[in-house]
Amino acid sequence: MKLLIKNGLVIDPANKIEEKLDILVENGKIVKIGKNISDSKAKIINAKDRIVTPGFIDMHTHLREPGFEYKETIESGSKAAAKGGYTTICCMPNTNPPIDNQAMVEFIKLKSSQIGIVDVLPIGTITKGREGKELSPIGELYNAGAIAISDDGDCVANSEILRRALQYTQMFNIPIIEHCEDINLTAEGVINEGYYSTLLGLKGIPSSSEEVMVARDILITREFGGKLHIAHVSTAGSVDLIELGKKMNVSVTAEATPHHFTLDDSMLQTYDTNFKVKPPLRTKNDVKAIKNGLKNDIIDVIATDHAPHAELDKHVEFNNAADGIIGLETCFPLIITELVKPKILSLSQAISKITINPAKILNLNKGTLSVGSDADITIADIKEEIMIDEGFFASRSTNSPFIGRKVFGEICKVIKNGNIIYEKNSRK
Amino acid sequence: MAFKHLITLQETSKQDILDILNLAKTFKEIILKPVKKVPTLKGKTVVNIFYEPSTRTRTSFELAAKRLSADVLNIAISTSSVVKGETLIDTLRTIEAMQIDYVVIRHSVSGVPLFLSQNIKSSVINAGDGMHEHPTQGLLDMFTILEKKGKIEGLTVAIVGDIAHSRVARSNIWGLTKLGAKVRVVGPSTLIPKDIRKLGVDVYTNLKDGLKDADVINILRIQLERQKKNLFPTIREYAMLFGINTQKVKYAKPDCLIMHPGPMNRGIEISPNVADGKQSVIEEQVTNGVAVRMAVLYLMGGGKKDEVVN
Repeated sequence: MKLLIKNGLVIDPANKIEEKLDILVENGKIVKIGKNISDSKAKIINAKDRIVTPGFIDMHTHLREPGFEYKETIESGSKAAAKGGYTTICCMPNTNPPIDNQAMVEFIKLKSSQIGIVDVLPIGTITKGREGKELSPIGELYNAGAIAISDDGDCVANSEILRRALQYTQMFNIPIIEHCEDINLTAEGVINEGYYSTLLGLKGIPSSSEEVMVARDILITREFGGKLHIAHVSTAGSVDLIELGKKMNVSVTAEATPHHFTLDDSMLQTYDTNFKVKPPLRTKNDVKAIKNGLKNDIIDVIATDHAPHAELDKHVEFNNAADGIIGLETCFPLIITELVKPKILSLSQAISKITINPAKILNLNKGTLSVGSDADITIADIKEEIMIDEGFFASRSTNSPFIGRKVFGEICKVIKNGNIIYEKNSRK
Repeated sequence: MAFKHLITLQETSKQDILDILNLAKTFKEIILKPVKKVPTLKGKTVVNIFYEPSTRTRTSFELAAKRLSADVLNIAISTSSVVKGETLIDTLRTIEAMQIDYVVIRHSVSGVPLFLSQNIKSSVINAGDGMHEHPTQGLLDMFTILEKKGKIEGLTVAIVGDIAHSRVARSNIWGLTKLGAKVRVVGPSTLIPKDIRKLGVDVYTNLKDGLKDADVINILRIQLERQKKNLFPTIREYAMLFGINTQKVKYAKPDCLIMHPGPMNRGIEISPNVADGKQSVIEEQVTNGVAVRMAVLYLMGGGKKDEVVN
């Protein structure tokens, strides 16, 4: 089958393209890109007034299957991803059981390929059972298809183990995605330590809880090599440390989430648990620093940290509520509304952070519209304002603090390997 | 004036606070009479639901409700049974289904009374939530100061001890600053929470400086287990630096009031001589607690402050 996407504003940061072009797709591949392409056999997709980009890649998704299917499944998460413009998502291994062995990697791959909506790429654990004590069989995970390793949800507390993981992964050239948190400094903290933790009488999580581990990890990587990727950067201090690491030529990359560049801790004043997340929402000053970090490419990637939780996990006492915010479906509109419209990022720079940049970090042959590449393409409208409401989500969970917000950036069509996997009008 | 819930003094207006304090004066006269009961809340039901052990506050609310002729139900839930049991909201909806009017709640997690007020129909009174607020304690402390000093505006009140973990401190700060007092917090730097100055208080880590010219010293209970978290090195050192004894009382004004929300650790944050001394109003705080809670329940029921009761 042939598809011809006509008259869209094509944005392909990897090839430095940002102009009105047509794209011809055949047999799941991009075969031609240029002006005024015509093909009488192709199905025409009119992308006038739309942007056309590589399918988005999320390198930080929690799919909850197996173990917590009441929150999300591979299928519901895949649908949410497609609706959010993603054609590839990388799932974190903190399932039950965790993805710490070959069979689990194969299970995720098999299940997601049967569902066949988006590519689901498993991330394996760094340590067995995510216990931080012994290395997982990293080679086995890699051979089965894990594209990175992470104990996300927990930091690798033992520096020696992190050192060995950084050394060992060099054989496979896969990144270690670190959740940076000193659990002794976090203690029983539930929100950012600052004025609002004092006001609300909630235990605080200091910025240094994250920053000491960012600093430690950069120093270990500097000495022993490996590819370090810092997950969900939340503080101004972390941005400074990552900048320093890059200046020292350490192989360090970083991601920020939409909530950390949009929300701050003042929004917790109603004790709404949909704002409860780890790392916590920080101050307005930190939000500003994250935006600057994105602008200056100190932060390479925007990742959702899509963390679905059911009502019964969230509709409880604040301290007992689960941490996390869903993000697959709200990430792109927040990028457009919070970063592109205010001219913090150019459209091309913004798209690079959800396409080619994560692809490079993960060694994926994805994230571009180059001729010959897989036809993973997202078409979006960034001009019309839309409302995020309860019915907005394909995810099984609706733990979003963005409900009720008006945003720009609506996904219109998503194409994966030449097949349309999401269409705005086909919405239920 | 009437209000549906009492969750914080942060959100309570100055006028509402003054109305409560005024009305409490009338109720105090009533509870000092030989017949201590009025029929105001006859037919209403007050449920005291305490997720943390408490004798003083629970009893005080119980008496306040009974003296207004309400029916009172006391429910104590140990947090350990909550873990395996039903959710907070389910528990409260179950109780509410039995047709009650007021829920007085104490919980170890900050924000629970607000959460509850958003999810049930009854009036909710916060009897202490985590490290957040304890509004009726703040009100009874203010009532006591007002009674003894004749005013609050312009007074210097020093709150001494574990400010970081204290809901009493927060409610006192909000209430007293609204009524024009100068509030100081005094304690070890590990127990002064970040950015507390933004609440309009002065911070002291030296007791002598903190008590200088104070009209009121409100001494907080120190939880002995804080020592295990390295918030101070030893109980003995805490007592040495911040324990109030007769000699240290002299740092403040000669007619300074000594207050404590209880229960006291005698010999640690307060010496027995000070607790039982003539400047101490600690027992009167307890008496006043009943009157203040009667006023709160009365006004929440939609009662008007000038149509009291007899």
